Amino acid sequence: MAAVTLLETLDLSKNFEGLQAVQNVELRIPTGEIRAVIGPNGAGKTSLVSLISGRLRPTAGTVRFKGEDISRLPAWDRVNRGIVYTFQVTSLYANLTCYENVALAVQRRMMGGLLDRLILGENRITQGTELALSQVGLTEDTHRRAGDLPYGHQRLLEVAMGLALEPELLILDEPTQGLALDEITNFCELIRAISKRATVLLIEHNMSVVLELAERITVMDRGMVIAEGTPTEIEQNVDVQRAYLGTDAAA
Amino acid sequence: MNRRISGKVLALHLGIIVLLLVAQFVLSPYHHTNVARIMVFATFALGYNILLGYTGLLSLGHAMFFASGIYGAGLTVFYFQFGAIEAFATGVLSSLVLGLVFGLIAIRTSGVSFLIVTLMFAQAAFLSILYFNEITLGDQGIVISQVLQPFELWGTEYPFSDPSVKYNAALLLFGVTFIICIALVYSPVGRVLVAIRENEARTRMLGYNTYKYKLVSLVISATLSGAAGAMYALLFSYIGSTFASIQYSIFPLLWTLVGGMGTLIGPVLGTGLMFYLVDISSGLTESHLIVVGVVLVGLVLWFPKGVMGTIREKWLTWLP
Repeated sequence: MAAVTLLETLDLSKNFEGLQAVQNVELRIPTGEIRAVIGPNGAGKTSLVSLISGRLRPTAGTVRFKGEDISRLPAWDRVNRGIVYTFQVTSLYANLTCYENVALAVQRRMMGGLLDRLILGENRITQGTELALSQVGLTEDTHRRAGDLPYGHQRLLEVAMGLALEPELLILDEPTQGLALDEITNFCELIRAISKRATVLLIEHNMSVVLELAERITVMDRGMVIAEGTPTEIEQNVDVQRAYLGTDAAA
Repeated sequence: MNRRISGKVLALHLGIIVLLLVAQFVLSPYHHTNVARIMVFATFALGYNILLGYTGLLSLGHAMFFASGIYGAGLTVFYFQFGAIEAFATGVLSSLVLGLVFGLIAIRTSGVSFLIVTLMFAQAAFLSILYFNEITLGDQGIVISQVLQPFELWGTEYPFSDPSVKYNAALLLFGVTFIICIALVYSPVGRVLVAIRENEARTRMLGYNTYKYKLVSLVISATLSGAAGAMYALLFSYIGSTFASIQYSIFPLLWTLVGGMGTLIGPVLGTGLMFYLVDISSGLTESHLIVVGVVLVGLVLWFPKGVMGTIREKWLTWLP
């Protein structure tokens, strides 16, 4: 496959006072792919995407985005370059309306020079906000307080905020956690729709979601990548089964 | 909430300015001077509220910005015979620079450490004023009314000893500040500041350099506080180290909390209420601070969001 590499990590490591959360991870994600990262709890998945999004600084190694070394850039700068992270534990502005939550993301995308900081066409912001809210199906909740939404809708709002930033790489950290079954089905459709415009990096525990969505899967265990391949390859991989079951059952 | 400023919001806030403009013709001389003083202090509170109410940063050091305005204006009048405009500009500029330099250091901290850093710097500023006593005359203070030339505009002289000059200069400062605050709250920057107050980590992950925004907020807050200080020095002609003491850091906090932080009218109302509360209770009893204390306890118990905060929550949800 001659696809252009969007994101690349080289020898990426992160230590937390002796704990090797991420060890020498080499990851390469081509533009347009839906990539899932799976692994047992504590495997280092969230740490890995935190290194990519800039919420953590690496102990060693580099992160390259569109060919550029971004390892030293602060998180907010990476967002502006197109790497958007949606939180595992929903992190919304609970006291603000859904409109305001998304408008903050839309505004960021539209803000350019100094003048924009003082006056910015609210019409354009409203348009972008309403679009993002309708994409995730939250139009009816536009003027509700984000904190008053049911949990599933809060997750959707989180995604709407990500979408409104028009990311090139959208990192979804366990997006279906805590969702009901029918909500998960809708969510999968939504992610598929998003992937037409953005590369998606998905951390997910729900294997049926992973198998349905991911084009390739990266498996992590104890901070290391232990396997990578198509869903079929991963399902049959002995190391993966061992990591998940903790036995040699597959042998 | 929609960002477009609504007609009733504009009418209400501009109405307050108009009300104050008209009030000078009906107020007794005593209240006339009081209201002029309140408007200067309200400007201080408005500046403070930008940082506390709209950005979520609690400062215990705003006395240094107020004092830098006072000394910037007062000392240049005293030593260099600056006119009112030049002196005012110097006061504003010195608080702006102080806010910027201080902010570059202090904004790296947040929460309790920010509070402590502001407190420490303000104490250092207070002690510096006393230390350089030969220049500042900080311990006994300076009266500048003998030196300050009347303000001249189109051939007419306006002496600051004239109560109506005092009142209208204070009103001008207050009105401009009030309008700046309304514009800021409704601007894209204002939206980001509120976002920082509500959830800073999320705001960073939306691509905002929150350090820069907090710095901007602090500089605006410091500059407005300094403008209040500079005007205070010119109108009431006394400058002294008291204005740099911890008391003057607590006042704007108190005024803002009483009126309702994160509301535009709150700090103004809070300043007025506290001023008259102290004024009336000190007329009734020697230990007037007990009365003030009781009122504050009551406020915390029944109006934890301040007067305007409670009103907004219960009745007028459209208030900014």
